Amino acid sequence: MADKRRTLPDVVAELRDGMTIGIGGWGARRKPMALVREILRSPLRDLTIVSYGGPDVGLLCAAGKVKKLLFGFVSLDLIPLDPHFRLARQAGSLAVVELDEGMIQWGLRAAMLRLPFLPTRAGLATDVERLAPELKTVVSPYEGGERLLAMPALTLDAALVHVDHADARGNAQILGPDPYFDDLFCGAARKRYVTCERIVETSAFAEHGCLHSLVLDRGMVDAVIEAPFGAHPTSCTPAYGIDLEHLKAYGAATTPEAWAEYRARFVDVDASAYLAAVGGADRVAAIPAPIF
Amino acid sequence: MADTDYTLAELCITAAAEAWRDAGEVLASGLGLVPRLAAGLAKLTFSPDLQMTDAESLLVAEPVPVGKRGAYKLQVEGWMPFRKVFEVLWSGRRHAMTMPTQLDRYGQINISYIGGTFEKPKVQLLGVRGIPGNTINHPCSFFVPDHSKRSFVERVDMVSGAGYDPARWQDGVRRDLHSLRLIVTNLAVLDFGGPDHAIRVRSLHPGVTFEQVEAATSFPLLRADDLHETPAPTAEQLRLIRTVLDPHDLRATVFK
Repeated sequence: MADKRRTLPDVVAELRDGMTIGIGGWGARRKPMALVREILRSPLRDLTIVSYGGPDVGLLCAAGKVKKLLFGFVSLDLIPLDPHFRLARQAGSLAVVELDEGMIQWGLRAAMLRLPFLPTRAGLATDVERLAPELKTVVSPYEGGERLLAMPALTLDAALVHVDHADARGNAQILGPDPYFDDLFCGAARKRYVTCERIVETSAFAEHGCLHSLVLDRGMVDAVIEAPFGAHPTSCTPAYGIDLEHLKAYGAATTPEAWAEYRARFVDVDASAYLAAVGGADRVAAIPAPIF
Repeated sequence: MADTDYTLAELCITAAAEAWRDAGEVLASGLGLVPRLAAGLAKLTFSPDLQMTDAESLLVAEPVPVGKRGAYKLQVEGWMPFRKVFEVLWSGRRHAMTMPTQLDRYGQINISYIGGTFEKPKVQLLGVRGIPGNTINHPCSFFVPDHSKRSFVERVDMVSGAGYDPARWQDGVRRDLHSLRLIVTNLAVLDFGGPDHAIRVRSLHPGVTFEQVEAATSFPLLRADDLHETPAPTAEQLRLIRTVLDPHDLRATVFK
């Protein structure tokens, strides 16, 4: 059976300028940040990003990687707004499609099911439909003839997600309290890249969590990359919580000088230097789960 | 503090809890401190069947105290990850109270951006989040801590949440699932009970006049026939707010 173990540089070498990339997780929770930082170190550009946005979006914006963003929000959760995303928006430096959270889910699901669209009411009678002329409505062919918004399939060139455990074949386990929409991101993408805290033997999944934690099966995954603390500074509960202290430092690095310094310390470094810079494995592992 | 004394935050929490009176077995989502405490208060008093979460992904049988939890143990009764929240809200079994940055005469709300253009906003806010889906699928109420012409505007910079502007509703779109209920502010309680859902002042907080509310609003307001003073919290409501729902007095930070 195929061994899908890869490295972060392997993955980024497969990505191309102008691709549409979906990023799993939610806000400051279980984001594939190691992979995002790898993209920052690469020459990739002009990306279209689909995300329930957090510091993944902020970092990509700060590095000028984003041409277009499809989003419902960008938030650091414990800090309501992401300063880097705000700066990029307020400079008018990226194109955006602002969508209801449920519409994003629907678009990913339509892509996964190879449907052109899925109907919804979300977005009707708001500026969401007015500001995105590509959104059309359909009239139900059944009794009542209700007019609904036809959320188009959000087909992705690549999906990036971070999980707790994966095996070498691409089966993956999520132990946190919410799978978010990582399965749909993978379902909607041509290439599916999964970073994980640890690669384990297939037989070991059962020791770590119940059957319901096996969210991704290997048919949904093209590559697995072991990236311990790969969601930091976002959470990967139960392994570690949101690093609020780091997010504050990240959020404060908005001047060109401060951003250059942040980048030198936390982005243009390898995994072990990164972990040392954020206080080491023991510190990160001790960050408690967030309370909302 | 004597039981008969109360703060503006406590008055607002008590008034906002009314949004969930007779709501039955629906998910009560209070987003923001006052809405969350209000939902908890409704559940602990007149609407015991309300469902609520720990503000993450667990359904809890009793409202979780806000702030540091100490030895408090969550009374978990179910699982409500985001995908299930979407299903519940699209099915209509929810009443959410949120805190819009702007609200107009039609109850259209904005949490996306302020000033400039959509392409280049002056101030970027959160983004529409789930507000479009919320407002078109289930009852929604609002809490606005700074009732002023900046929050109650003639025209919102972006319509994040659907309101009662007829021009916004295309033929064939179902309007019967859309229901805006209460607006609780630092000055008054308002609702959508006027002709064509026009916004009315339903009660004034002690010491506030109708003219004062009017002067703080950029669009005309109606006066409810039974306009009255916002009822003070009862001793039992104050006890629940102070000792059960918000033992660390986070509500003291609402009105600085």
